[in-house]
Amino acid sequence: MANFIVWCVWCVAAFACIASALGVISFKNPFFSALALIGNLASLAVLYLLLGGEFVAAGQVLVYGGAVMVMFLFVIAYLGDRTDEAPWAGGPSWQAIGTVLAAGAILAEVIVALALTTGNLSKEAHIDRSFGTPASIGRLFLTDHLLAFEVTSIVLLVAAVGGVVLGAHARALDEDARP
Amino acid sequence: MHGPDVGWYLVLAGVLFVTGALGVLVRRSPLIILLSVEIMLNGSNLALIAFARRLGQEDGQVFAIAVMAIAASEVVVGLGLIVAMGRRNVELDVDKLRTLRG
Repeated sequence: MANFIVWCVWCVAAFACIASALGVISFKNPFFSALALIGNLASLAVLYLLLGGEFVAAGQVLVYGGAVMVMFLFVIAYLGDRTDEAPWAGGPSWQAIGTVLAAGAILAEVIVALALTTGNLSKEAHIDRSFGTPASIGRLFLTDHLLAFEVTSIVLLVAAVGGVVLGAHARALDEDARP
Repeated sequence: MHGPDVGWYLVLAGVLFVTGALGVLVRRSPLIILLSVEIMLNGSNLALIAFARRLGQEDGQVFAIAVMAIAASEVVVGLGLIVAMGRRNVELDVDKLRTLRG
């Protein structure tokens, strides 16, 4: 019974995931694309919960679905709807055809690679109740992966400084352009 | 483990990655290209977390959190560039941005 429920939740989340990803790349208005991406991130958080990643799921909803997407929506609202791009207008171009072919090739490669490894993937490791909790993830971050943790903080600092510099540069150009 | 085994998650991760790549290559608006890159990163995150569950080790989840932090910084720089383009009244179309002159 538990197995059946997990399969049902998985199917719903996977379908929502794929449908919202297709929505992101096919909506004309970037605002709707960003809203579809929020749905995509939320359904991925459900999948992370099924895989025992409680802390990652919470971080996904808070950091990705919350902070990053709000920043996206701010920028989209600031720029307004100035892109008059219809994604599939004017019939398929040679670019789009080549892209779809390449994407199909990558997908076929993934599925063939998975089909060739049958048996190994269905084995599973035993996990205890503390798997994926904030305590155990935090312990790993501060012991085994301390260098990665510190380097990530430097990367975030550099990105913040870069964002400020880009904004200041754009403002200077803005004032130059003004008569 | 109840429910689908890791192979199903990996197929889903591959579909997500390919969808994101399709968006990056087909769309021309830089905003939607950034959103599609997020889909690609999330596909790889799903594969990392699925393998973390398969192997019973949490290192994959730690890696996924690092990927999330990198994605956040990438969004900051990318949106900064797009706002700078918007302030200069450059048309937001990556096919028309052919030169890199300041």
